[in-house]
Amino acid sequence: MSKIKSILLNELEMSKMLTRLSHEIIESHNEISSLAIVGIRTRGEIFARKIVDSIEKISGHKVDFGILDVTFYRDDFSQNLGSPKIGPSDVNFNVNDKNIVLVDDVLYTGRTIRAAMDELFSFGRASSIKLGVLIDRGHRELPIKADFVGKNFPTSNNEHVHVLVNEIDGKDEVRLVEY
Amino acid sequence: MKRIEAKHLLGLENISTQDIETIIDVGFTFREVLERPVKKVPALNGKNIVNLFFENSTRTKISFELAEKRLSADVTNFSASSSSVKKGESLRDTIQNIHVMKMDCVVMRHPIPGSCLQLSNYVDVPIVNAGDGTHEHPTQALLDMMSIKEKFGKIKGLNIGIVGDILHSRVALSNIFGLIKLGANVKLCAPPHLLQRHIEDYGVSITYDVDELIDWADAVNVLRIQRERMGVGLIPSIREYRKFFGITSERLSRHKKEIVIMHPGPINRGVEIDSQVADGDQAIILDQVLNGVAVRMSVLYLLLGSNDFD
Amino acid sequence: MILIKGLEKNKGFILLKGGRLYEPFLSIDKKNDILIKDDVIVKINKSIKEEKNYKVINCDNNIITNGFLDLHVHFREPGFEFKETIKTGSISAFYGGFTRVCTMPNTDPVIDSPELIKFIIEESQDTPVYIHPIGAITKGQKGLEISEIGEMVEAGAVAISDDGIPVKNSQVLRFALEYAKKFNIPVINHAEDNCLVNDGLMHEGKMSTKLGLPGNPDIAESSMVYRDLAISEYVGGRLHVPHVSSFKSLEIIKIFRDKGVDVTAEVTPHHLSLTDSILRNYDTNAKVAPPIRSSKDQKALIDAIKSGLIDCIATDHAPHANEDKDRDFKHASCGMIGLESAFGIVNKTLAAEKVDITDIIDLFTVKPSRVMNIIPNVIKEGNIAEINIIDPVCKWIFDQNSIKSKSNNSALLDREMFGKVLYSMNKGYILNCKV
Repeated sequence: MSKIKSILLNELEMSKMLTRLSHEIIESHNEISSLAIVGIRTRGEIFARKIVDSIEKISGHKVDFGILDVTFYRDDFSQNLGSPKIGPSDVNFNVNDKNIVLVDDVLYTGRTIRAAMDELFSFGRASSIKLGVLIDRGHRELPIKADFVGKNFPTSNNEHVHVLVNEIDGKDEVRLVEY
Repeated sequence: MKRIEAKHLLGLENISTQDIETIIDVGFTFREVLERPVKKVPALNGKNIVNLFFENSTRTKISFELAEKRLSADVTNFSASSSSVKKGESLRDTIQNIHVMKMDCVVMRHPIPGSCLQLSNYVDVPIVNAGDGTHEHPTQALLDMMSIKEKFGKIKGLNIGIVGDILHSRVALSNIFGLIKLGANVKLCAPPHLLQRHIEDYGVSITYDVDELIDWADAVNVLRIQRERMGVGLIPSIREYRKFFGITSERLSRHKKEIVIMHPGPINRGVEIDSQVADGDQAIILDQVLNGVAVRMSVLYLLLGSNDFD
Repeated sequence: MILIKGLEKNKGFILLKGGRLYEPFLSIDKKNDILIKDDVIVKINKSIKEEKNYKVINCDNNIITNGFLDLHVHFREPGFEFKETIKTGSISAFYGGFTRVCTMPNTDPVIDSPELIKFIIEESQDTPVYIHPIGAITKGQKGLEISEIGEMVEAGAVAISDDGIPVKNSQVLRFALEYAKKFNIPVINHAEDNCLVNDGLMHEGKMSTKLGLPGNPDIAESSMVYRDLAISEYVGGRLHVPHVSSFKSLEIIKIFRDKGVDVTAEVTPHHLSLTDSILRNYDTNAKVAPPIRSSKDQKALIDAIKSGLIDCIATDHAPHANEDKDRDFKHASCGMIGLESAFGIVNKTLAAEKVDITDIIDLFTVKPSRVMNIIPNVIKEGNIAEINIIDPVCKWIFDQNSIKSKSNNSALLDREMFGKVLYSMNKGYILNCKV
């Protein structure tokens, strides 16, 4: 059984954070035309979409958007940790020479990001790849670091960060949960 | 979390409807992978798969091999001589060899019905039936169903016809079991002596009139007439078969409704189907080939990824 | 003699105390004590007093009856000793309560001469069972020329059969049926039209369709039964139909029997007790010829036992080595062993159908004796003790330990049986089947 320890972010804080992340991404990319945002299924995809909307509104430029399902690239499927529902990836633009920002909800061991980078290569050779996450909860197992972080939140191993989104869960909220 | 319940894919008769649907759904995900510039994923990296073929097969073997390689598995091919099958020694030796070679998965084609199931009694790695004689060829039926779903967006409620030598087909039974499970209506059309007795007990209807079948069906799966069946009294002649059971363009043009034409290949052009039909807009035969790779990737991924055999 | 646990030569007195003696040959059915000295019955009485030097077997609630006769077994010797020998087969039979068996001639060489008949009988001398060989109808089972039937009968043959190979040539079968009349022996013809069998591997029906296995239709048997009986009727012959498997064949046997034709028939324990659903996992141990058929056929076989249309049980005990059975379904050998499990499975099947235990015992004793004209040592004072002690209601599991045959190809392994032969006695041997 899990119990909610605290609410890390509420709806308003999440919305502000996404706006800030969008600004940071724009600032670090001189040419918006070569920028592409790629979300990792399933919650990363939703935030990525929001960031794309936000960047397009701020900059007035169209931004390429893609979705990755990293299931087939994971190194831990035999431990049955893969996502139970597999869906196709959707990268409908030319990846070559693009500056790509991968977006996910929570950065933890880094293995999902490793898988996503591998998968991205199967679509072509990106000019650069950067990483944006809503929450960085620590406990990295691979040498991976986020370039854009909504909030750093050190956790213990028996804790879990649950990200709720309106599109799936009916509300926007980030919870700290203990098992 | 297990993604499918089944430990092996021996046939569609003894696998759950849920599992069949999962395999087809994941098959579509792999279809997307096959559209990428790099068509390979590391999902089965480090897994050893042996393709045991006790009977000649070009297409099925290539399709499996491609699926395995695109999943990054290590592939070992083993083709046994037909003489060892004749002696009947093959199964026992096979079992021992698989144990010794520490394979993670066996894909087997064998001329005798039940061989894969027998093997599964002795081997505890997943076994994929790539055709066991006149019994089942489950991945063929899965790719057929995936192609139907791709074309129509559904399977339930569709009228699917199967025409040809049902009795000696390795494809027919799997299609019947699978399609019925997924809620399609199935009608068979064959010369009466090339149909199993009691086949109607498995939920299909029968006609001996191919025009009636075409009128009724949304899609028709045309089975290959094996030339070795000719001349042993089963099919009097090609021209007679064509006249009464052939899917000719002339015959199709007489029907108002346009139906989808499928064929498991290899095609005997001018025997069971005309070239104009096989190459025409109604045919989805090449989609079937592509879906074959995708659905075999799905089967191997789900069997090897969802169960821990260590 | 090969010794197995529980088998010994009896020296001195054994008293069977408190059992119900059922002796169908003499129409005896009442409580009796029986005293045996060495190999001979010395006294039968309502109550015999125990003496100090008597070994006493308590037979309360048990039935004492004749040793069983199985008129259809394969002991594989000469030629296939790796599957079974006359000695191992005899022990297997004795463990199942059979004191007499008729061996089929499909050995290598084929038993088609008086010398070979004598060989079988001689080999059986120091076993606990009597063997009555069946000679081949045709030389080498080739179906062409009839063998030395008269010489074989003089040497001890009790019937003729080409076993699993049907006599295809109707004229040859006619000769055999006519010629055998002189020697007063039955002709046993495996009834299958091989053209209709058409490489079928199991009963053609709903199950064969599901399993994708080529079917062997019931008409392959019944049409051959019809031909055989029509010939037999015409020449006034004496035909015995082995291992009847289908209701269609029963219909035909009934027609001819009602006309007064001299025909007898047997059923195997597996055809009587199993249906083709046993093949759902392609168990090659259940691959037999003729095939195990549908539940409709099984029901008809039980009814035919009840009505007397089928005369007796015969096991068709057919041992095969593991390497003959661990094959794909097409190449696996046909046949299963049956001696050790015969009574337990038949009694289970028929008791569930409310058949009386005495009628069940008759199927193993007096009825097959009549078919083959074999008179055993009946249970009376002064005779050799050829006796079974049966617990008709004991439940037990037929497992590897219950198999005394050299082979273990049985589709009944690990099934619960009902009723068991506890002791069998013959030729001075006593076997305690409980250990």
